[in-house]
Amino acid sequence: MKMNPLDRVFLLGTVLLSAYQIVVGIDALSTAPIIAYTIAFGVLLVAGLLLIILGFEGLDSPVVVIISTVIPLALALGLVWEHLASFRGWYLIFVIAGFAAVTYTRSTPIHNHLPVIMITITHGIAGLTIFLLPIFLSIQGATKPAFALVGIGGALIGICGLLLSFLKTGKPILPREVIFRAFPIFLLLTTICFVTGFKFG
Amino acid sequence: MSVQSKIVNRKSKIALYWPLIKSTQTGLLLATGIAGYLSAGTRIGLLTLLGVSFSLFFAISGSTIMNMWYDRDIDVKMKRTHKRSAASGELSPKEVFWVGMIISLLGVGWAFIIAPLYGLVVFAGWSFDVIVYTLWLKRRTAWSIVWGGISGAMPILAGRVLATGHIDLVGILLALAILFWIPTHTLTFSIKFREDYANAEIPTFPSTYGDTFTRATIAVSSVLAALAIGWASVLIGISAGYLRLIAVLTAGLLLLAFATFRVESERVNFGLFKYASLYMLSSMIILAMKAF
Repeated sequence: MKMNPLDRVFLLGTVLLSAYQIVVGIDALSTAPIIAYTIAFGVLLVAGLLLIILGFEGLDSPVVVIISTVIPLALALGLVWEHLASFRGWYLIFVIAGFAAVTYTRSTPIHNHLPVIMITITHGIAGLTIFLLPIFLSIQGATKPAFALVGIGGALIGICGLLLSFLKTGKPILPREVIFRAFPIFLLLTTICFVTGFKFG
Repeated sequence: MSVQSKIVNRKSKIALYWPLIKSTQTGLLLATGIAGYLSAGTRIGLLTLLGVSFSLFFAISGSTIMNMWYDRDIDVKMKRTHKRSAASGELSPKEVFWVGMIISLLGVGWAFIIAPLYGLVVFAGWSFDVIVYTLWLKRRTAWSIVWGGISGAMPILAGRVLATGHIDLVGILLALAILFWIPTHTLTFSIKFREDYANAEIPTFPSTYGDTFTRATIAVSSVLAALAIGWASVLIGISAGYLRLIAVLTAGLLLLAFATFRVESERVNFGLFKYASLYMLSSMIILAMKAF
């Protein structure tokens, strides 16, 4: 499927916003969240660039599922590290174990439901963390109301990640063309939500 | 001849000469020169900046035209280049030679007027490209690309030298970054247009050492370019935010370099080729931010 110029503009917007976030958006944080957010926005940035260069065919690569797991895991880890200090250790273990499980099940020929289960669990927990934690914090008044935008971004990227992952596992929820057509705008909206949520939240 | 036809004639001349300077490549090398100058973080002199821009533009364009003049006999044998106006006969060889020489003299001369050491580095770049690479080695050995690379590394070193007044470690690292980045271009082209090069009897890495060695060389040189840029960025003292951005862009480059090495695919090769250009341009913009 051919990428049109508007898709490229959306992706370029994603790349530039991610670059902004990496350079100035996370400067005031401590080391661990900076590393986590740099990885998350870095993957968004590089993925955007590669899609601009390679077109939608870039999404056919088998590493896409693994890479698309990194974004929610890294973002969720950054959020937990910042706002739920008592869960840091457990969440770090979950992130490492989840990533290892997805990588292993995606790179080994396994003919049962294990790869899908692993993706669902990992994306599900990380996605719910990104979706619920910022909304919960902003409702409680621990952060400014705008921080809830990070949660909305989390929901969007969670949907994106699941659509892609199920497509790659051969059980697409929506037709391939619909997913690819919506992908650039989804990515841009997600990044806008994250960047504005972090800046004004 | 009427005034109107003279204008039309001049416009068509410019249209014939413009492809001879390889505007994208020249623009990218010019960007490296300006980034090298700005990377020192010294006070920006507008006149000096204009001088750097024009002297480098003329010197690089001049050497490229000289290359087109000398290689017109092999360009005509290659599908990719046979329409170039020096090869197709639309421009006379004598005219192309003199235009190339005059533009080269303008660029190198201007550089010497700005500062002798800067002029010397610009002249070295011109000499490596025209004399060592084009006239001497291109038709003899696949390793000629090293000298083409050294020539391409001179603009950034020249810019840095003009700002600092001497050749320093940062300047050498920046030059090495460009030197190692250039194979991602030249070797990718030599894989993609292998038949063209074979027709013209130009020795290339794929024809001399095979595809696997060539792809490995592309991957290794990308890694070395990234290391050199990273080291230079730290020494220049750019902010933590920009260092993070360079680290992210570098990770992308390394990922693609690794993929190029593992997967035999023209799409991945060309992906690395395009990403490496974006990487270098982004790095230059980041280094130039030091001045602001």
